[in-house]
This record gives sequence, structure tokens and C-alpha cells, in this order.
Amino acid sequence: MTVLVIRGGHLIDPAGGVDALKDILLKDGRVAEIAGPGKLKHTEDADVLDATGLTVAPGLIDLHVHLREPGQGYKETIATGTAAAAAGGFTSVVAMPNTTPVNDSPETTRWMQAPERGAVVRVFPVAAATRGSKGEAVNDYAALKAAGAVAVSDDGLPILKDNIMREALAAAARMGLTVIQHAEDTRLTHIGDKVASMNAGVTAFKLGLRGWPNEAESGIVERDIRLVSELREARPHLHVAHISTAAALAAVRQARRNGLRVTCEVAPHHFLLTDEHVGLYDTNAKMCPPLRSAADRDALIEALLDGVVDAIATDHAPHAVHEKEVEFERAPNGVIGLETALGLSLRWLHHEWKMPLGRVLNLLSAQPAALLGLKGRGTLAVGSFADVLVFDPKAEWTYNAREGKSKSRNTPFDGFAMQGRVRWTISEGRIAYDSAL
Amino acid sequence: MTPTATKTRRPLATPLVPASPFPYNPGSLLSVYDLTLEALSHLLARATALENQDPLTRARTLAKRRIALLFYESSTRTRTSFELAAKGLGADTTLVSDKSSSIEKGESLKDTGLTLRALGAEAIIIRHPSSGAAWQLEAETRLPVLNAGDGMHEHPTQALLDLRTILAHLRPGVEEITSETLSGVTVSITGDILHSRVARSNMLLLPRLGARVLLCGPPALLPEVAAQAGPGIEIERDFEAALRQSQVVMMLRIQGERLAGLQLDLDEYKAIYQLTGQRLAAFAPTAIVLHPGPIIRGMEITAGVADGPQSAILEQVRNGVAIRMAVVERALAATTQGGRA
Repeated sequence: MTVLVIRGGHLIDPAGGVDALKDILLKDGRVAEIAGPGKLKHTEDADVLDATGLTVAPGLIDLHVHLREPGQGYKETIATGTAAAAAGGFTSVVAMPNTTPVNDSPETTRWMQAPERGAVVRVFPVAAATRGSKGEAVNDYAALKAAGAVAVSDDGLPILKDNIMREALAAAARMGLTVIQHAEDTRLTHIGDKVASMNAGVTAFKLGLRGWPNEAESGIVERDIRLVSELREARPHLHVAHISTAAALAAVRQARRNGLRVTCEVAPHHFLLTDEHVGLYDTNAKMCPPLRSAADRDALIEALLDGVVDAIATDHAPHAVHEKEVEFERAPNGVIGLETALGLSLRWLHHEWKMPLGRVLNLLSAQPAALLGLKGRGTLAVGSFADVLVFDPKAEWTYNAREGKSKSRNTPFDGFAMQGRVRWTISEGRIAYDSAL
Repeated sequence: MTPTATKTRRPLATPLVPASPFPYNPGSLLSVYDLTLEALSHLLARATALENQDPLTRARTLAKRRIALLFYESSTRTRTSFELAAKGLGADTTLVSDKSSSIEKGESLKDTGLTLRALGAEAIIIRHPSSGAAWQLEAETRLPVLNAGDGMHEHPTQALLDLRTILAHLRPGVEEITSETLSGVTVSITGDILHSRVARSNMLLLPRLGARVLLCGPPALLPEVAAQAGPGIEIERDFEAALRQSQVVMMLRIQGERLAGLQLDLDEYKAIYQLTGQRLAAFAPTAIVLHPGPIIRGMEITAGVADGPQSAILEQVRNGVAIRMAVVERALAATTQGGRA
């Protein structure tokens, strides 16, 4: 097993309370030793990474990605998706179950984690909350958890029926699993044979597109919180995926004040862009939930700054070029995000909006790890997994989607200015990404 | 995770919305926004000049140039008048419709557009049920693209022919269009605004000439947000009050094909919004009546009004040919003979 020393870097490990120049020794996939510059004791036979002038932090954790395997390898594979993750500084990705077939079985959950998939960072599968994600019958969570599922969700679709959601929350609570809800009341977003394709509002009216109203999200979040409250003895954990509206955030904020275990994540595209970025039918700005109004976007920023948001998650959703090169209403929902989340977060949250670097990193590592109980992740304390991000927090660069590691190119951020460049990403002691290669 | 005290913050900088790259081709007419008032004046003048020109001379304007009509929706007026307009200028036209082409076999809009370009089409006139389709086609082919109606979005040549009709009645002889040409004129548009590309193009165009646009209809077909679509747009739910203020009364069809599950009581709708001879005489006795067609007699408008002296509906159709000749001429004016932008 290789031994790695990262020398000369500035270690920021918010969870471990470290913010200083430190050398770090990685051995057998774990953090073996941390010491002041030049003070490591066991560096013989170690490969040395010179991190002088760079920042060393826990590897990032993305709670929400679509790796498209099994079944949709033309969009992304576990190998290409995790390569994109590594290039973006992520050492753990939480993979949603809306694959083909839907991951609602222990077999598929195991298949996704098998070494043959060629993952270069850790993949944590989320299993479907209901059979086939059809929202009708709750799966066997004990078997799914035993196979490695870290949460359950029907992401891409909501768990719409009250009784099924109640049962899912109760069953998940018994197994210590989180229910991740895709909050979309499809009765409000699917009208007859037409599907809403962007945020409801004046922009949608002007573009002649059917609108996705905010209430379709907040109504489900409020309903779910009511169920969590009714089940409060069992302590269910509800996690709201890709939250996008001020009203849903207000509901989460209130639930937390009431002592309920309700958490949420926000995606960079939602806290940075508005429905005006759809421009003239840019299908790379089409996702679900859609880009919202400036008022909602501002509420997301506010919630990030004041701590209501638990995690930044990308909702990395690759689609092939030919699938996005169609009429706006026919284009599939989703944008990629693994290779831009850090650069955008540092550029805007840290540099522009003055969030301390440690807090930005917390939103991308320690907090998501805590949220799903990923032990030994999100920190670089001695004994934790050797999941390390080494980056230059000052470097400015411009994102070019064609140079990405993802198989797909569907991003609204092509050509955007980024801050903070990944130098190395180390997953369980192995170099998963090296910017010099 | 503990919320800290919320401080009042100054407005935060956020990523700018980039400027639109459209139109890629100067000959395209995708939206009424593509025309400055100066360009509009020129276009209206060309429509009149071409209309008055000797047909044989006119046919040399675009002799043997190739124009494709790509129609994914059925159409009588728009398709025929674009075709007559192009042929009147001497161009060769070809019609591709979704019902009798490889579109039925699943060929994409992109591939259909590239195929037409490879076949030598120098401009494409497109009608499509999806909002934005004309923009996609232009981005893929970079040809001059004329939007003959995209979903619920825009139908710019309809707004132009409506403008020509309005000017002929209210501002006869006016040659230069300015931001005050239609000052003091109220145009009411009544009916299914939500699903109407005609309404959108008109409400975005007419206020630029100083007109006031009054939208009228029930909330299900006319959301409040419509008033924010641009300057000079107001909502008046009371049809008779709208009529009383109008010099131009534009009626729209209920678009059954786009209602998508919306429940509408048609008898109730007729009782409140039908333009009858009685209403017209009582509230707008001197206004002109417009309708983009197809009209459904006995639904939004009675036969008596459609055929009556205030109706300018067939004039609109006639104006369509003249306007579309000018628009087609403009489309190819930017490119050299046989060349491509």
C-alpha cells in the first residue's frame, strides 16, 4: 500500500478544528499522522506531494449525483462520472437510483459499488424508496441498507401519496436511513399531456412556456414536514433535495425550530442563476426544479449565509448532446455540475459574498458527511479515510465544458469564471486526480 | 447548522444574464424585437412598393432563389400567404410538413434543418408547435429563419400585418414609424391570451409605437403576469369596458389544441366574451375588428360581426401577402445571390 505525504500545505479541516500549516501522512487509505511543517515522524518510503502555497482540505462530498449506470452509459458511466467528481475535488458521491432499471434492489446497489465499475472515488448508492420509484410500495430498507444504500429516494419523482411517504419515513427511521425527497407536486407540473418546462412567472409567459409553480415544491415540503412531525417519536430524517424556493426554505427553517430532523441541500445553479438565464430556450439551463425568480435565488443565498442550508449538492445530471439539441419543451431536465461546484462556490460564496473558506468547505464536506452519517469522511482527523482535496484557493480560471471529464456537456456554466483550482484529489489514499496529468 | 442573527445585507452581486446571440442571421425574423422602428418603417414601405409593383418585374426580385417552408402544424393563411409572397418575388419554394416527411420517422428539427440547407434552401420559414423552435433552427442552420408561429410564443409577421391594417385605418398615409405613431390608440386583445402567439407578438410590438394594449379574458386564459410582459400592457377583465376604450378590437380563438386539461365552460365564455353585433354597436361603434383566424363563427365572434362593416378580417389576410413579401425580401437581402451567411 502506498504511503503519501502532503507537505507544505495549509490544512483546513473545519470538523477537526485545524486551520494551519501542516504536513499530513496518508497510509493504508487512512490519515496516519498530522504534524507541523517538517515534523512528520514516519515519512520513509513515502511519495511526497509538494503542497506549498496550496490548501489541503477534506475531500468534497456530493449528496446528489446521477451516474447513469446501470442502463444509460451513453450519458455517463460510474467510471466517467467519478472521474469528473475527482476533477472537481469530490472524493464521495451519493448516487441517485433513477437508473435503468431503477436501483430498488440489493443486487443493483451492490453492482454499483463493485470494483468492475471502475470508480475512482467512493460511490454511495441511494436506493429507491418505492418499488420501481413508482410511489406505490415501499421497498425492503433493511436489505438495501445491508447492500450499502445510504439513503432512500425516488429522486426525479416525488413520493406523492401521503400514506406511502408516511410509511417510507417510518420504515427508514427504523433502519436509521434518511428519506431524500424530490419535492415536486406533479399534479401541478404535469397538466394534461403537457409538462411545465420552466419556472412559472413573467419569463415563462413571455417565452410561451408552461410554468412550474413554487407551490409545487413548497406544498410537498410542508406536507412532508407535517408527516415528520406526526412521526416525531420515531425521529425520522427528511432531507429535501435541490431546494429552490423561499417558501420551502421557510418551511424547513420552521421545522428545525420545532426540533424536527429536516435538512436540505441547494445546487449551485439554483443559488447563482435565475429563470432569465434560460435566455432564448437554452436547454442547458433546463432542469427540475427549474431556475427560479431573483427573489427565490436571493432567498437561497440568504439561507446559505445564515446556515439554514446544510449542504451544497450538484444534482449532476448528464445528458447526451443529441438529447439536449431539441425543442426546449422536449429536452430532458438536468445539468452537470461536479466539475464546477467548487470553482463556483469559491468564486461567489467565498470571494464575492464573503463566506469564510472553512464554511464553504463545510457545506461541501463535513456537513454532507454528517447528514448521511458517512463515518470517517468530511474530516482529516487522524484515523479518518484519506480523502483529501489539495487546491489553490486563489487561482482563477475559466470553465470550458468540452475539456471536462464527464461524458456529457450539458451545463449552463460554460465559459464562467471560476476560483480555486484542484491540484490533487486523493481518494482513500490513492491519487484520483492530478491536474498535471 | 445553527442560524445566526440575520443582518441586513447590501444587495449581493450575482452572475449577469448574458446578451442574446440571436438573431445569428441578419435576415431572420424570429421575434418582433428583431426589428428597430427604422427597420419597421422600411419594411412597411417595401410591402407597399412590392404590392404595387408590376408582377412580372416583381418576380425578378428573388428569381430562382430557394426558400423552404417547414410546417409542423396545419395552417391555411400563414402558409399560403408566405408561399404566394415568396413565389410572387420569383423564388422557388418547397413545402415540408410533419405529416408527409421524414419528420414522421423521427428526424429531429436539427437534422431536418441541416438537410434543407444541404438541399440548397437559402431561407427557412418555420411553423412549429413548440415555443422557441425557430430559435433552435436558426442556431443550428444559421440561415435566415422566418418565424411563422412557434408554439405559444410569437408570430411576428401576424403582428406586422395587423399593424399594417391598423395603420391603414387609423393613420392613413403615415410613412415614418415613430414611438408616437399610435399614441392615443387603445388596442384590446380578447380571448385565449395565455396560449396565443398572436397576442404576444402584438402586445410586444404595438406599445413600441405608442399604443396601449388592453388584454381581456378570464384568469385561466389570461394570467395576471401577462401585464408585466412589457410596457404599455394592461389587463381589463370586463369585456364591455375593454370595448368602450378600444379603437381596435382584436378577437382570438379558443385554442382547443393547447388547452392541456384546462376546463372551460364554453357557454359561459360566450355569454361574457363573445363579440356580438349588439355589443359592438353599444360599446365600440367606430372601432375596427381584427381576428388572426381561423375564426370560429358563433364562438368568439358572431357571423354578423365577422362579415359586418367594422370587420377588417379579410383585409388582414390581404395585408399578409404584402408584409410577407417584404419579410422574405429582407431575409435574402443580406446574402449575395446563391451565397450563404
